[in-house]
Amino acid sequence: MMNSIVLEERKDFILQKQEGCQGSSMRCDANSISGAVSQRACVYCGARVVLNPITDAFHIVHGPIGCASYTWDIRGSLSSGDDLYRNSFSTDLREKDVIFGGEKKLTAAIEEIAKKYHPKLIFVYATCIVGVIGDDVEAVCKSMSAKYKMRVIPVKSPGFSGNKSVGYKMACNAIMELMGPHRPEKKNGVNILGDFNLAGEVWIVKDYLKKIGIPVISTITGDSNYESLINAPAAQLNIVQCAGSSTYLATRMEEEMGIPYIKISFYGIEDTIDSLVRIAEAMKEEAARRKAVEFGEAEKAKLRNFLESYRKNLVGKKAAIYVGGGFKAISLIKQFHSLGMETVVVGTQTGKKEDYEVIESMVNENTVILDDANPAELETFIRDKGADILVGGVKERPLAYKLGIAFCDHNHERKHPLCGFEGVVNFTKEINLSLLSPVWKYIKQEVVV
Amino acid sequence: MLDYTKKETYDRNALRVNPAKTCQPVGAMYAALGVHGCMPHSHGSQGCCAFHRMFLTRHFKDPAMASSSSFTEGASVFGGGSNLKTSAKNLFDIYNPKIIAVHTTCLSETIGDDLNALIQGIDIPEGKYMVHTNTPSYKGSHITGFSNMTASFIQYLSKASGKTNRKVAILPGFVNPGDMREMKRIASVMQIPYTMLPDTSGVMDSPMTGKFELYPKGGTKVEEIKSLGDCELTLAFGKITSEMPAETLYKKCNVPFKILPLPIGIGRTDEYIMALQSLTKAEVPYELEEERGQLVDILIDIHPYTYNKKVAIFGDPDTVLSLAEFVLEMGMVPKYLVTGTPGEYFQTAAEDLFLKFGMSGCKAKASGDLYELHQWIKEEGVDLLIGGTHGKYIARAEDIPFVRAGFPIIDRYIHSYLPLVGYKGGMRLAELITGALMDRMDRDSAEEDFEMVM
Repeated sequence: MMNSIVLEERKDFILQKQEGCQGSSMRCDANSISGAVSQRACVYCGARVVLNPITDAFHIVHGPIGCASYTWDIRGSLSSGDDLYRNSFSTDLREKDVIFGGEKKLTAAIEEIAKKYHPKLIFVYATCIVGVIGDDVEAVCKSMSAKYKMRVIPVKSPGFSGNKSVGYKMACNAIMELMGPHRPEKKNGVNILGDFNLAGEVWIVKDYLKKIGIPVISTITGDSNYESLINAPAAQLNIVQCAGSSTYLATRMEEEMGIPYIKISFYGIEDTIDSLVRIAEAMKEEAARRKAVEFGEAEKAKLRNFLESYRKNLVGKKAAIYVGGGFKAISLIKQFHSLGMETVVVGTQTGKKEDYEVIESMVNENTVILDDANPAELETFIRDKGADILVGGVKERPLAYKLGIAFCDHNHERKHPLCGFEGVVNFTKEINLSLLSPVWKYIKQEVVV
Repeated sequence: MLDYTKKETYDRNALRVNPAKTCQPVGAMYAALGVHGCMPHSHGSQGCCAFHRMFLTRHFKDPAMASSSSFTEGASVFGGGSNLKTSAKNLFDIYNPKIIAVHTTCLSETIGDDLNALIQGIDIPEGKYMVHTNTPSYKGSHITGFSNMTASFIQYLSKASGKTNRKVAILPGFVNPGDMREMKRIASVMQIPYTMLPDTSGVMDSPMTGKFELYPKGGTKVEEIKSLGDCELTLAFGKITSEMPAETLYKKCNVPFKILPLPIGIGRTDEYIMALQSLTKAEVPYELEEERGQLVDILIDIHPYTYNKKVAIFGDPDTVLSLAEFVLEMGMVPKYLVTGTPGEYFQTAAEDLFLKFGMSGCKAKASGDLYELHQWIKEEGVDLLIGGTHGKYIARAEDIPFVRAGFPIIDRYIHSYLPLVGYKGGMRLAELITGALMDRMDRDSAEEDFEMVM
């Protein structure tokens, strides 16, 4: 399979499942290769997507305008309160600032906000050139915090300092810094980590937890705000949805606040029920566990006819997956399996070794597994394996369409919640509508004269 | 919802809120995509390249292929020379482009990578090309980047052989493939041979074939860029976007140039056609006369609905200026004109336009942002907002009809396939504008005033 489209240096990042198990010797978690058309973003992007959903914070991007423009309201994180986070703030550094330093401008920008809006919370993202031109962002943040009695938190996110995963870490560090001085009294309940409330998904999970009697203290960071975040240390358990972005935060909260965590996934029926049960168990709530099982079984029963009616359209179709984190990929493989579909290509941007091991154990022989794929690789493997649908993000959509196959956005541009039981319905409908649309059959038709 | 803007203006010199521009490299990437067989290459962190590709994909709903030097900590300390070298090797080996068009980023500019020297040290395969442009993100805007990349193609490749090729060089400015197609169609109808640079038609609006083409059919060919030096005249659309590459061609190959406004609306399309006509000296074909007549006919039909309506327009400078002239032709008042791109010319040109049509009380600003535009609108409202997607928050907050035109439009489809330029583009714009105004009348009219015939 290692044909000419794969760069020599990329070969270790791609694996084709063989009989038995190779112990997943593929490489991952490394930087992209120079000259590859990587689909992967940078440290700043990682930090920004994690923190952006904090609704009442001023997110000031310290750098030239681009980094702010590209991430203005970048993801469909919904808010039940403030809309401030959906504006774009930047120091818009100019040549003069690059020569003489941008600290003055940053200070002035923060002061303009402080005087006009009296905010509680400001994040300052340090982009690529900020360190290079010698700005001491930390010092500015510190002095502004003291002067205006507000929290101004620096986010160290120069794009070149690693990949998107490093950015997740930087965002998690910023959240730790925010919670730092706060040790509220312990309360019965959990924090939801790594759910960004895309299309309102946090609200669905919260609703399920309410149904089984588990209170939610804080959500990080979907639909969160200053007050809710500083309360997070009161929780007894962290449940981690997007493992790629938030496991690091969960680990730090465990070490520094004594809050244990479990990784969960609310994608697909099995994982949703399993997650609810495991949360109840981890909270040592027998009543909740019983309710979780009952609730799960009831919802599952409700979906039976629905799934049966769609299954006949979908059975035997082949899926390709290219998503951000490994955990989501794993859930998707299961979901496709439950619909009678086979996953033939699976890749992630930031999957970890253990994720790839799980993936390898789940898929059929000859399935291609790849880390940080580029479009040429995706194209080749989608074609070779005859995938009928690709699940991915914004950059993969046009690729799938150009290849003439169906597509489902499982990233920032999802339009319906894809988690929980509602998500199963939405996901199935979306897969179905794209696969069954009549448009595909016009592709290869000649003009009939 | 989404209304955080304070009505009263206050001193704001440091903070940019809700920008009406983005950075140079994305403009350079778009220009490079308009060259056939070209791989745009971003010399900086991999995030830049990913963001630009995402931004372009969201607007065009087509893949935007580009590569990155993928800077690491090491590169940012020791320079990105080896990253560029590796990139060139990998790109030529695997992706086999005809030409690599490198643009810099704020990072590679700030650490001082000398691209001229770096490229000279790279082993470029026979028959292949590698060019570069400097696009420091902290100067100008994406428009500047587009302009720089276009000029660099000319600087690297164009040559004067001393023999004319009897062609006109057309620099279309930062417009959609649909606009480029329309500009080319007009030149063809006028029977003028031309080369357009860049030409993203057939690249960013490429047809569905069931095959993914890394390098779609469209784009200016390297050979055509070379022979730009033998053109008789350059028509440069949009002074702010196209003057610099036109001057480059003049300085390098002595091709005279004429700066024209983007041909949006009647007068500005007339100017384009007259410029072509001055070359052929032949009568303007009836086909174009007819289209012009149709557009005028349309504007007469709709004038009761457009007259004296106040409009706010924001976006890229050359686009905003031409849209402003068109709404003036429709009897509307271009109350506020805002571009994020810096430069004094914008305001001067806008004021000339207000004067020409006898308008008072209209404001124009370069280096502005949408927060400020929103403040102006809160101070004194308008009947219509025209601009890219990011205006939708203002439109919703103030309940103003909104027409999407310009870049970027990331929440609607098909726009990039259809022109705003030419008489045909005028018809489309007129339809969009009256449609928005009249939908609003329908929505707001009382039951007894709700009319079947309008």
